[in-house]
Amino acid sequence: MRHLLSTADLTRTQALRILDTAEEMTGVSAREVKKLPTLRGRTVVNLFFEDSTRTRVSFEAAAKRLSADVVNFSAKGSSVSKGESLKDTVQTLDAMGADAIVIRHGSSGAPAQLAASDWSEAAVVNAGDGTHEHPTQALLDALTLRRDWHAAHYGEASSPRGTDLTGMRVLIVGDVLHSRVARSNIWLLTTLGATVSLVAPGTLLPVGVESWPVTVHYSFDQALAAGPDAVIMLRVQAERMGGSFFPNAAEYARRWGLTEERLAVVNQLRLAETEAPALILHPGPMNRGVEISAAAADSAQSRITEQVTNGVSVRMAVLHLLLTGSRGHHDDDRSSL
Amino acid sequence: MSGATLITSARLYGQDPADLLLRGGQIAAVGDDLRSQAAEQLDEDVTVIDAEGLIALPGMVDLHTHLREPGREDAETVETGTRAAARGGFTAVHAMANSAPVADTAGVVEQVHRLGLESGWSEVYPVGAVTVGLGGERLAELGAMAESSAAVRMFSDDGHCVDNALLMRRAMEYVKSFGGFIAQHAQEPTLTAEAQMNEGEVSATLGLPGWPAVAEEAIIARDVLLAQHTGARLHICHVSTAGSVGIIRWAKDRGVAVTAEVTPHHLMLTDELVTSYNPVYKVNPPLRTRVDVDALRQGLAEGVIDVIGTDHAPHPTQAKECEWAQAAMGMTGLETALPVVAHAMISTGLMDWRRFSEVTSTEPARIYGHQHQGRPLQAGEPANLILVDPQAAGPIRPESHASKGRNSPFAGLELPGRVRYTFLAGHPTLAEGELATSLTGRAA
Ligand SMILES: [Zn+2]
Repeated sequence: MRHLLSTADLTRTQALRILDTAEEMTGVSAREVKKLPTLRGRTVVNLFFEDSTRTRVSFEAAAKRLSADVVNFSAKGSSVSKGESLKDTVQTLDAMGADAIVIRHGSSGAPAQLAASDWSEAAVVNAGDGTHEHPTQALLDALTLRRDWHAAHYGEASSPRGTDLTGMRVLIVGDVLHSRVARSNIWLLTTLGATVSLVAPGTLLPVGVESWPVTVHYSFDQALAAGPDAVIMLRVQAERMGGSFFPNAAEYARRWGLTEERLAVVNQLRLAETEAPALILHPGPMNRGVEISAAAADSAQSRITEQVTNGVSVRMAVLHLLLTGSRGHHDDDRSSL
Repeated sequence: MSGATLITSARLYGQDPADLLLRGGQIAAVGDDLRSQAAEQLDEDVTVIDAEGLIALPGMVDLHTHLREPGREDAETVETGTRAAARGGFTAVHAMANSAPVADTAGVVEQVHRLGLESGWSEVYPVGAVTVGLGGERLAELGAMAESSAAVRMFSDDGHCVDNALLMRRAMEYVKSFGGFIAQHAQEPTLTAEAQMNEGEVSATLGLPGWPAVAEEAIIARDVLLAQHTGARLHICHVSTAGSVGIIRWAKDRGVAVTAEVTPHHLMLTDELVTSYNPVYKVNPPLRTRVDVDALRQGLAEGVIDVIGTDHAPHPTQAKECEWAQAAMGMTGLETALPVVAHAMISTGLMDWRRFSEVTSTEPARIYGHQHQGRPLQAGEPANLILVDPQAAGPIRPESHASKGRNSPFAGLELPGRVRYTFLAGHPTLAEGELATSLTGRAA
């Protein structure tokens, strides 16, 4: 595999390899000198057609810690916004010697189109495309979940390397219809052995969800009564709040938000049969008071800051594996991802 | 015009071989061994075509073609589009109104009609817009277009749905008086505001906004009831869902004057192809599911669906070489219709070449009201016919097409059947699979 486009493409072995490599990268990030020489002389282009400072900064930090040269190319205010095509932009970057293109795009499928084209030889990393996928977000979520899941069962001192999420029950809450994070998480967490449930208003679930390997709830309270090990809260975009998907933000918060009342329920949940508390994740940026209360975001069960830290480790792992595997310009099963 | 053409041993409608003598724009004779007769009776030059192994069919008639002229001559022109028609075996095409300017006045339809006459590769019948500028608000000059030299009988806002129920009713009633009919592009607009592909399992996974079947079916259900209420004639463009087939069957059983069309691509391709995000598969209405494809095939075989319409929609390369959401909708179709329908319907045993000739020629001509297209292969009839090699195969090569459009979803597919000869009023516009000359003497 030369690219990372969708978590649906990852086998369990490939996913674990990324997570295990990310654990090693976490060690690097904890050192005084947070740098590895592995990508020295290689160029990573962050090609962002959509604003996302957090994701771009995370990829930039990851590439720099691997000693890669980083080019940030924002489509805002550039020739791209003046009608230059994706093809022309990518060919320009390719001519500059990009080894990897980290692409964030508002159109679902743009990274897959780039990877399938002959516009560039670079490895393509999907940093979020439309309402399709956000694979590195799911990988960092899995890394976060795995650490707690493993520690709860085998103790903090034992390394989670090589283990998966078998038996874990994860509840994803909110705007699944428009969420690339939800899609990537559903495929990845299922591949890693977890059981995934969704809870959302009917308007924010896609037609076709019945074909997904998930259980669907409409009531957050019933979903919590089933005792999940982790709750992933999805962001609600402001443009959905105008009354076309649900009446208003207050009703959304009451029915599908992680309110203080529901936090009290989550407080009682444990990771399977262990004493460790259940987990709360959110991909950020949060709408405090809408999908998640401030109390929940700042609670001891929240892993939201860990997610940000783990994001850098996961992206280091992905760039490392894609760019230091066998570097054929064609698909090669022996490459490291 | 030059002399006569003698076609020997062509299998009429794929059945028994016979000879056909074409003279003076007509089929002069059909029978066994016309060669000796021709030699005796004619002192003019007779071109002899050995059609052993070829099938003779009436020239195909497309009720749904986008020729792009005026306004988008970079995508297609009447000249290139009708060359594509000749290569595809069409002796008449109906040019949809979504040009720039829109064909909503007598002036524009007369212009398109005249361009067709000048080109001479295929007959061109302009379709008039139902509403001014396809805007869906006020009726276009329906009567003036009907009275114009283009004598428009078919009206459509294709590309847009006439979604206002009252306006649709009035349009149907208005054109009834001069034998016209409305061809509806059935798409409830609020249900498809940002639609990118069929709504279902594949769109859910790909994260592309869905175009639900109900958005088509709701309009068809409404319109067949309006047709019943008004007694007017209704034609449904590019039916794409199993549910639509069911509604049309229901309406026909009740005697509603509704006819329906299906495209070749909806008879063959499914939304699974969108998994590639290759915009060549982006089309409106979108590619549906296998269940829909099977229902459309069955509906066509049974006569619930009356005709094949290509919805030939050429686009310049850059309109397809971009992100899916930005890409233009539509596929070329004129030069692939016959092999695709042969693959979907004949190779599967769902229909024979006789039924093929009905859905590609007789029925579309009857729906429009043509007197000289879609006629049987008989002596005294106009010599609009084609010779097809049903054995010819090989990959579809869009780069070899006469259309300016390269946006064929069938590129590279091995499909059976090729048009070898197209005769327009007895004149070969296509000979041995290559464009010859047009009726007006133009060379390709
Ligand atoms: Zn249409």
